[in-house]
Amino acid sequence: MSKFNKKKSGDLPAISTASLPDIVFMLLFFFMVATVMRENTLMVKNNLPTANQIEKLDKKDLVMYIYAGEPVDRFQGTYGTSAKIQLNDKFADVSEIQDFIYQERASKREELVPFLTTALKVDGDSKMGLISDIKQELRTANALKINYVTKSGNAVENNN
Amino acid sequence: MAKRSAPEVNAGSMADIAFLLLIFFLVTTTIETDSGISRKLPPEMDENQPPPPVIKERNLFTVIVNSNDELLVEDEVMELKDLRAAAIEFLDNGAENCSYCQGAKDPNSSVNPTKAVISLVNNRGTSYKRYIAVQNELVAAYNELRNRVAQQRFGESFIEMENRYNDARTSDANKEKLKPKLEEIRDLYPEKLSEAEPKKS
Repeated sequence: MSKFNKKKSGDLPAISTASLPDIVFMLLFFFMVATVMRENTLMVKNNLPTANQIEKLDKKDLVMYIYAGEPVDRFQGTYGTSAKIQLNDKFADVSEIQDFIYQERASKREELVPFLTTALKVDGDSKMGLISDIKQELRTANALKINYVTKSGNAVENNN
Repeated sequence: MAKRSAPEVNAGSMADIAFLLLIFFLVTTTIETDSGISRKLPPEMDENQPPPPVIKERNLFTVIVNSNDELLVEDEVMELKDLRAAAIEFLDNGAENCSYCQGAKDPNSSVNPTKAVISLVNNRGTSYKRYIAVQNELVAAYNELRNRVAQQRFGESFIEMENRYNDARTSDANKEKLKPKLEEIRDLYPEKLSEAEPKKS
């Protein structure tokens, strides 16, 4: 009889926690790798249009971002609802783009300056008038490489 | 009778499993990168510069987008979904000196893909997403033609070759081999997309 009792009488073995640090580190590394740091807080709506003939923008350090779109709800009281440009962390006027480009150029190493690309992250509902003003400023500042940042997807169906 | 607790589970290999998973995720995840349509703006016009050469009407494919996002292509109203086919038909017409074109050789359409120019005119009231959609379709027309000619000549589509060229894993020797091929195809179907300043009204 005692043979059978033995097994029942034992306490539950403590679960080893020795590997917990490993698991935590694993998660940590995973998130470190997979997360993208957002450099700017968005102050404009940024529902990007879709396109499928796209190229990747790698080399993040060689990209200057210009955001444009309607101000988000909490800024609409102050800035109204017409589309605005955002440079770094504040709203800007079209005329400030040139200064922005020169500043960005000055902050990069000289040999990298010709490879700088301007990425335009513009809300799909903005009007082309604003975008062509931006493009005109970029031409004046001689920042000719641009990229219209889009989501990937069918352009014909999603942009109607 | 002494109580014997169940033997502890050996946790020594747990770290190995964790590392295995870590390495798996490290290898498989890609950091999200932005992607979009790359364009090059024309340099600012110099006042002393001679005016650009006049382009013959037959070599010009005009796409006008108005403030209601409607398309006018070659003086005809067109749906966005038909734009790509129309652009291909125009670019690939090849009335003269074009052995690789498969178009209709219409004497009223473009002479040759190297001469054909697509002109895109926007209105200030055009929405950005419509503009992107039109750009996308026009770029797609070029890519489709380039893919076709690349497939014929090198048995590989242009996009694949371009991706391979931009891939960091491709060796320099291979890149050197790819470069003239890419240039050859770009010369066959050069991307001539001109954008006028948007109209006010």
